[in-house]
Amino acid sequence: MLTKRIIACLDVREGRVVKGIQFVDIVDAGDPAELAARHAREGADEIVLLDITATHEGRKTLLDTVRRTAKELFVPFCVGGGIRTASDAEQVFDAGADKVSVNSAAIADPSLIDAIGRSFGAQAVVVAIDARRDPSAADPVRDAQVLVAGGRKVTGRRVVEWAREAESRGAGEILLTSMDADGTRAGFDCELTAAVSAAVSIPVIASGGAGAVAHFTDVFTRGRADAALAASIFHFGVSSACALKAELVQSGIPVRLPC
Amino acid sequence: MRVAVIDYKAGNLTSVLKALRHLGAEPEVTDSDLVVLARAGRIVLPGVGHFAATRRLDETGMTGEIRVAIARGVPFLGICVGMQWLFAGSSEAPDQPGLAAFPEQCARFPEGAEKVPHVGWNALEVNPASRLLAGVSSGAHVYFTHSYRAPVIAATTAATTYIEPFSAAVERDNIFGVQFHPEKSGDTGLKILSNFLGVESEPAC
Repeated sequence: MLTKRIIACLDVREGRVVKGIQFVDIVDAGDPAELAARHAREGADEIVLLDITATHEGRKTLLDTVRRTAKELFVPFCVGGGIRTASDAEQVFDAGADKVSVNSAAIADPSLIDAIGRSFGAQAVVVAIDARRDPSAADPVRDAQVLVAGGRKVTGRRVVEWAREAESRGAGEILLTSMDADGTRAGFDCELTAAVSAAVSIPVIASGGAGAVAHFTDVFTRGRADAALAASIFHFGVSSACALKAELVQSGIPVRLPC
Repeated sequence: MRVAVIDYKAGNLTSVLKALRHLGAEPEVTDSDLVVLARAGRIVLPGVGHFAATRRLDETGMTGEIRVAIARGVPFLGICVGMQWLFAGSSEAPDQPGLAAFPEQCARFPEGAEKVPHVGWNALEVNPASRLLAGVSSGAHVYFTHSYRAPVIAATTAATTYIEPFSAAVERDNIFGVQFHPEKSGDTGLKILSNFLGVESEPAC
């Protein structure tokens, strides 16, 4: 049976993994290559590295980070953040990523999805969507607003229609973050995830709001998610992805075990 | 060991090369150079992307050189689309023939309640006689990403079920194919690649 994936996410700035606590402090959480290897060893089904470096010099650091992280990593490895052109994507693939995730650049120019997919295959293109429910819309969930710039900027796109366009342009997966749920640790937005997952045939990775093991069970059943992103697995009261999966299997969720 | 890795311009080879180097092999990439194929101790045909991209193998003369190498006993491994190419063809590109080492056709997963593509970690049902999968038990998970698949045939050495059973691995003499990505399948995948690097040369009948 196809299993549900637990994806470990590393936020990286200037070559170091950082972790915001209470949305303010940035704490140095270590070396990306070491942490990625540890997550893979401890049962993560996939690694996502999100670069939050803003500067141009930082891009070179990123490629070096990707190269070092990919070197001894033998599970799928996705890199996102700051990929604006097909040539940016190519550099990241050459450095060892299997997939790239694109977000605001794809909103600005949706043909970026086609371009990367044509050269590297649909399986290599993940479209990241940050969405916030729109209470004023006829359907606040399906018509949730798509945001960019870390949730600060409204784009005018609606989550379901954008996800469908991304799929039709050749996206291989959707990484869906609920801006309502993100940071709350009160659970994923299962209705939002289910609405997107039902509207496309490609896998949907749920992100934002996880705070307990039960939230993962919820998003894999009610939320129809194919995978879930765990930004900091240690926030969920478990010691590793493997421990999380051992609990999920008790609730009847198919997962890759032994890790 | 010299391992020829064929680049048919349908995607990224970095992960395959990295895994082979990790196992101590010396991969040599070729997108047309027949000499590289002629001197290879092993040949790997990776694959992501569209079956139509395998046309390049015919256009460059690599298909013929691969046939010669296989007849000489050089172990050959096709990955993903590279495995599908071992079959007669695929409905993904009906005009493009495969190598036809296996006479069956590949086809898209049927439409229905399940999503297509099939993406993620799924379990293998292993035939213990497989040389490629020696040391890999049934129930081991490997990473898949594909919309087309090969049917279960006599040469199937591992089946996986998604919507219905399909060939996750095939093997006959020195011809091997895997639908999943061993280079992305953790220790299980590395074990399989290591087995491939270790199999004896055995001329095909």
